[in-house]
Amino acid sequence: MELLLVFLGASITNNFILARFLGICPFLGVSKEVPTAFSMGLATTFVMTTSAMVVWFVQTFILEKFGLPYLQYVAFILVISAFVQLTEMAVRKISEPLYKALGIFLPLITTNCAILGLALLIPLKGYSFIESTIFGFGAGVGFTLAMVLMAGMRERLAFADVPEPLQGAPMTLIIAGMMAMAFMGFSGMIAM
Amino acid sequence: MSLWKEFAKGLWDENPVWVLLLGMCPLLAVTNTAVNGLAMGLATAFVLLGGGIVNSLLKNVIPHKVRIPCYIVVIATFVTIADYVMAAYFPEVHKLLGLFIPLIVVNCLILGRSESFATQNPVHYAISDALGMGVGFTWALTFLGIIREIFGFGSIFGVQVLGDWFTPWIIAVLPAGAFLTMGIVLAIFNVLKSGSTSEAECH
Repeated sequence: MELLLVFLGASITNNFILARFLGICPFLGVSKEVPTAFSMGLATTFVMTTSAMVVWFVQTFILEKFGLPYLQYVAFILVISAFVQLTEMAVRKISEPLYKALGIFLPLITTNCAILGLALLIPLKGYSFIESTIFGFGAGVGFTLAMVLMAGMRERLAFADVPEPLQGAPMTLIIAGMMAMAFMGFSGMIAM
Repeated sequence: MSLWKEFAKGLWDENPVWVLLLGMCPLLAVTNTAVNGLAMGLATAFVLLGGGIVNSLLKNVIPHKVRIPCYIVVIATFVTIADYVMAAYFPEVHKLLGLFIPLIVVNCLILGRSESFATQNPVHYAISDALGMGVGFTWALTFLGIIREIFGFGSIFGVQVLGDWFTPWIIAVLPAGAFLTMGIVLAIFNVLKSGSTSEAECH
């Protein structure tokens, strides 16, 4: 039950994109078509889940054990970029089609602030290993959900008659604002 | 003359926020009041400057293949400094900005300037570019913060400017309001610049 709450909190009520403002760049940049948005979401979910696990170990067994809190940012970003690199190599070895599908998106994930944000939230929340993993997975699912919804709307918008000054980024931001309002309806459902 | 040009381009022509659309996460997240926007802008400008100088000086030392991780480590070091200084001297602002101070590390504006400008140019140009981009980012954040604070609380920098007749639009300071305000402001700027539409470039 507790784990379900962590999952729902990370994916819906405190959606990383729409409520926490993490990962706005890919949200605006890679959300033109549903398939690419879904691939990006999938890759991000994978990296989020795995780096949540790794970050928990780094925090518990290295930073806390040796009293190095000031190295947190440097350590986390190194772990994440190393992990993204590793993931890329592993995916390439394991599944060629998956690598082709995710390929170009993987390197971009390093600078996705949703990943570093997730890493920094884990010690703040004091989650256990299992909870951290679920939190990472939930965050990824919520990210994918927002990406796909956004891409779906933008696909339709391509045929709409948008006033010229609003074309491109302004319209995307206004749609995102409306989605954020819709997601506000979930707030309060789970006390986080 | 040229140094001035590198500085001035960040203010408007190549403004990181309005034109390049870089650093959107902190932009939307912390601009619910003018003070927060200003503080975030200054912290980012500091990291931009520090990271720009060091990366520019190290450009011949860092091997090309591992340059991105190296830049990030330098940037993360300056972010840690900014974080600890703010925690010591401005604890309230530090608490409000919270998670978004460490997230300056992955602000694509900073890495982008290191990659595309600081390491391609001599250090004094890097300084003037970083200062220009820093000031450009700070004014954009403060501007958005002022707009949202006026609509959301009826005040500017905490000083009440609108009287009792004004019913605050709470939406302006909520997450949804950040997207809406930014979208509308960008649209107005597009009208002012007449025609040239911008597109998200950052990933």
